[in-house]
Amino acid sequence: MEFQFTSLADFMMMSGHGPYVWSCYAVTALGLLYLVVAPLRKRRRFIAQQRRQQQIQAANQTRLETARQ
Amino acid sequence: MTWQWFHRLGSPRWFYEKSGNWLPWLTAVTALLLVVGSIWGLAFAPADAKQGNSYRIIYIHMPTAVVSLAGYYVMAISGAVGLIWRMKLAYMMMKSAAIVGAMLTFLALFTGAVWGKPTWGTWWVWDARTAFMVLMLFLYLGVIALQEAYQSHDTATKASAILALVGTVNIPIIYKSVDWWYTLHQPATIKFTSESTIHPSMLYPLLTMIAGVYCLYTVALILYTRAEVLQREKRTKWVQQLVTGAGEAR
Repeated sequence: MEFQFTSLADFMMMSGHGPYVWSCYAVTALGLLYLVVAPLRKRRRFIAQQRRQQQIQAANQTRLETARQ
Repeated sequence: MTWQWFHRLGSPRWFYEKSGNWLPWLTAVTALLLVVGSIWGLAFAPADAKQGNSYRIIYIHMPTAVVSLAGYYVMAISGAVGLIWRMKLAYMMMKSAAIVGAMLTFLALFTGAVWGKPTWGTWWVWDARTAFMVLMLFLYLGVIALQEAYQSHDTATKASAILALVGTVNIPIIYKSVDWWYTLHQPATIKFTSESTIHPSMLYPLLTMIAGVYCLYTVALILYTRAEVLQREKRTKWVQQLVTGAGEAR
C-alpha cells in the first residue's frame, strides 16, 4: 500500500477528476456531520427551555407563598 | 415465557439511560472507521483502470446508498412494531429513521450525479435504479411530512407507519434493478453468492466505509431518538429531574 499520487497538487487535481471527487466528499462530510450535530442541538435547546420553565414555576411558587403571608 | 424484556426494551427511559452509555464508544468507532476509510480510499487505493480517479466517489456513494436502503427496513419495521404492540419508543425510532434515511438517500443521489458527470458525461439519467432511489427519497420525506400533517399525534404516527410499510415494496426493486433493467448504472460490485468483481485493494477500504456509515447511522438514530424521547416524555418526573440535574451541573 502506497500513496497513489506524486505530489499534493496531484492529489488535489486527481488528473482532472479532483473537483468531482472533492465536492462529493465535502458535501457528504457536511451531511453526515449534520446528522450528529442537529439532534444534539435539539436536545440541548429542549433542556434549556424546560429549565427556564422550571425557574418560572419556582418563581411563581415563591411569589404565591409571600402573598399568602 | 415472560415478555418483561420486550416491554423494558419499549421503555423510553430505559432506552435513554442505556444509549447514553453506548454513545461514546460507538462515536469513537464511527469516527475511526470513517477517517481511516476515507484516507485509504482517497489516497492509497489504486486508481480504477477504466474510470481513473473519479471512481473514488464509490467509497461514499455505495455506503450511503446501502445504508439508506437498510435504513428503510429499520423505519418500516419500527413502524410495524409501533402499530402492532403500540410501542411508543418504536414510533420515535421510526421518526428518527426517516430523517437519517432521507439524508443518506440524498447523499447517495448527489454523489451519484456528480460521479455520473465525468463517467457517463451527464449529471442525471432516469435510469431504473436512480428513479427508484428518488421514489425512496420521497417515501422518506412523506413519512416525515405525515408526522406533521394531522392534529392528533396518534393519527399522524399511525398514518406515517402505514406509508412506511407500503413503501417497503420499493426496496427489493432497487436491489434487483441493475439486473432487471440493464441501463447506465453499473451492476453490483460486491456479491455474497459469488466472487466480487473488485480487487481486495479496493474492497477493504470500501468495506471499512460501509461499516463506518452503518455505525454513523446507529449513532444518528440514537441521538435523534434521545431528543425525541425527552420531548415526548417531558411531563414525566424523570425528565424533569434530568432537566434540574443539567441545570445544577452547569
